[in-house]
Amino acid sequence: MNNVSDRISGKIPNRKRALLAPWARVYPLYVMLIPGIVAIFIFQYIPMYGVIIAFQDFRPVHGFVGSRFVGLHWFRFVLNMPEFGNIIRNTFVIAVGKVIADQVVAITFALLLNEVRHSFYKRSLQTAVYLPNFLSWVIIGGIFIDILSTRGLFNDFIALLGFERQFFLGSNRWFQATMIWTDVWKQFGFNAILYLAALTNINPELYESGIIDGANRFKLVRYITIPGMMPTIILLATLNLGQIMEAGFEQILIMYNPAVYRTGDIIDTFVYRAGLIDAQFSLAAAVGLGKSVVAFFLIVISYKLAYKYAGYRIF
Amino acid sequence: MIVRDKSAASVTFDIVNYIFLGLLAATCLMPLLHMLAVSLSARAPASAGRVTFWPIGFHLDAYSYIINSHLFLNAFRVSVIRVVVGVSIQMSLVVLTAYPLTREPEELPGRNVIMWYFFFTMLFAGGLIPTFLLVRSLGLLDNFFALILPVALPVYSMVIMMNFFRTLPKSLYESAMIDGASHWVILGRIFIPLSKPAVATLSLFSMVFHWNEWFMGSIYLNDYYKWPLQTYLRQLLQNIDFSRITLADLDLLRRVSDRTFVSAQLFVATIPILAVYPFLQRYFVKGIVLGSVKE
Repeated sequence: MNNVSDRISGKIPNRKRALLAPWARVYPLYVMLIPGIVAIFIFQYIPMYGVIIAFQDFRPVHGFVGSRFVGLHWFRFVLNMPEFGNIIRNTFVIAVGKVIADQVVAITFALLLNEVRHSFYKRSLQTAVYLPNFLSWVIIGGIFIDILSTRGLFNDFIALLGFERQFFLGSNRWFQATMIWTDVWKQFGFNAILYLAALTNINPELYESGIIDGANRFKLVRYITIPGMMPTIILLATLNLGQIMEAGFEQILIMYNPAVYRTGDIIDTFVYRAGLIDAQFSLAAAVGLGKSVVAFFLIVISYKLAYKYAGYRIF
Repeated sequence: MIVRDKSAASVTFDIVNYIFLGLLAATCLMPLLHMLAVSLSARAPASAGRVTFWPIGFHLDAYSYIINSHLFLNAFRVSVIRVVVGVSIQMSLVVLTAYPLTREPEELPGRNVIMWYFFFTMLFAGGLIPTFLLVRSLGLLDNFFALILPVALPVYSMVIMMNFFRTLPKSLYESAMIDGASHWVILGRIFIPLSKPAVATLSLFSMVFHWNEWFMGSIYLNDYYKWPLQTYLRQLLQNIDFSRITLADLDLLRRVSDRTFVSAQLFVATIPILAVYPFLQRYFVKGIVLGSVKE
């Protein structure tokens, strides 16, 4: 530390000098950081080191250090698996479908809700649509497995409208769409919060002058509300880029079954089955590492874009 | 918005919009209402699928049954303990870590390096398998703390806390410092009391997380008497993996996996969320906006 020399040479303004404290004043700050640093070291950084098992023929008895090194064996193995293409495709189709459907529904909902003038009605609507976000996938999965079964409530409704009953969670034709729309059901209200916050920040004078200029209600939405929401739309679009490997592990693990592995198995569920059910630790870790590396680049790019186009900084 | 557009098109739009949004909101509640109705119905109409949103052959059997089911009660108890312990640890670490990191690097040498140390974990993770192997080699399998320690510090919450601390007036900190207050006093007597909305938001999120989390329980805990409620429910829905179950429990399990009982258990597991939901709603909008949009 060069505090002492700085202080002697008087480089630092007076107000700040009082804050530049001797060691006795600094060390409590480090003490405060210790528990967090230790927790993160053990449960985040050691597993990062643990990814070396992806390059080993890992045997639990030999541990991270003693297992035999096999280079890229598992990566080659994975690329040659017959189900590899399906898993990647399912992951992207479901994840991209969710990002788009979630945001489009959220934006539409925010715009429509913004037109509701009775504040009690508006608040009641919000109370209802935010709720599903706070329920666990166990509960929601439990309800939907029941409702979407061939004799469930949703199929009763469809039959009432004259359509054929469908086994939504047991058919490869419907499974991906079912994942996307049950996710929309859970999240859209919550996703609308940021858009609604953006709408409340639009300067009311803009609307006043729009009205004076003779714009009707629909023109106000077109020329004031939507442009006012645009920065938030761009921000979330860029941030969501980092999510296109996240197809929804918990949701799918709870709602899928072997009949729909062809369309429903994603990277995360494959890793789970290979690693924790079949105890193929190295194979599973290799797939997981592949995903982490791609996700890393996606997240970094998405933060960079969010910074460039929306001025977003996380800290 | 000051002058109302009273044209026919506008009024028609309002009517359609109000009805549409009403239906949309109803869709969000209907699955829950259906579950509640099934749980309050007699077993025969429930398993025949005749119940929609109103109980048929109303009775509370399912509830009196689960109140006497030690499997359910035990899992509920584990979840309550988990929330209390988990939230306390998460919030302590969030606050303790966020405070030093709001200091400037010249006041806390190495501040930027430490910040990156935490931030990097938001970009890259070792993943499921190495984490599982670590927890296993730490001897935490079948240990309650396997549900707590791996998530002891949620970095994203810590960043939100840090961003909130930064909005507090600098002069408060400086004058306390000049008066000779220690960092512990400044954190405990100035920063935390002034950050009640942020602390409340993050505590509620932490609570919801620990209450809802089921996956860690399902991979780290084999002993079903140690499962939190959501893990127990997950296994119940799957009808599997009560591997080392006793005969008496198996008999009980057969009865509790009946449709009305499952619905009743799902509903009871939802009650704590419904109970804090009014508080959540008061704070989370602020919390979310705080976490993502900063000036």
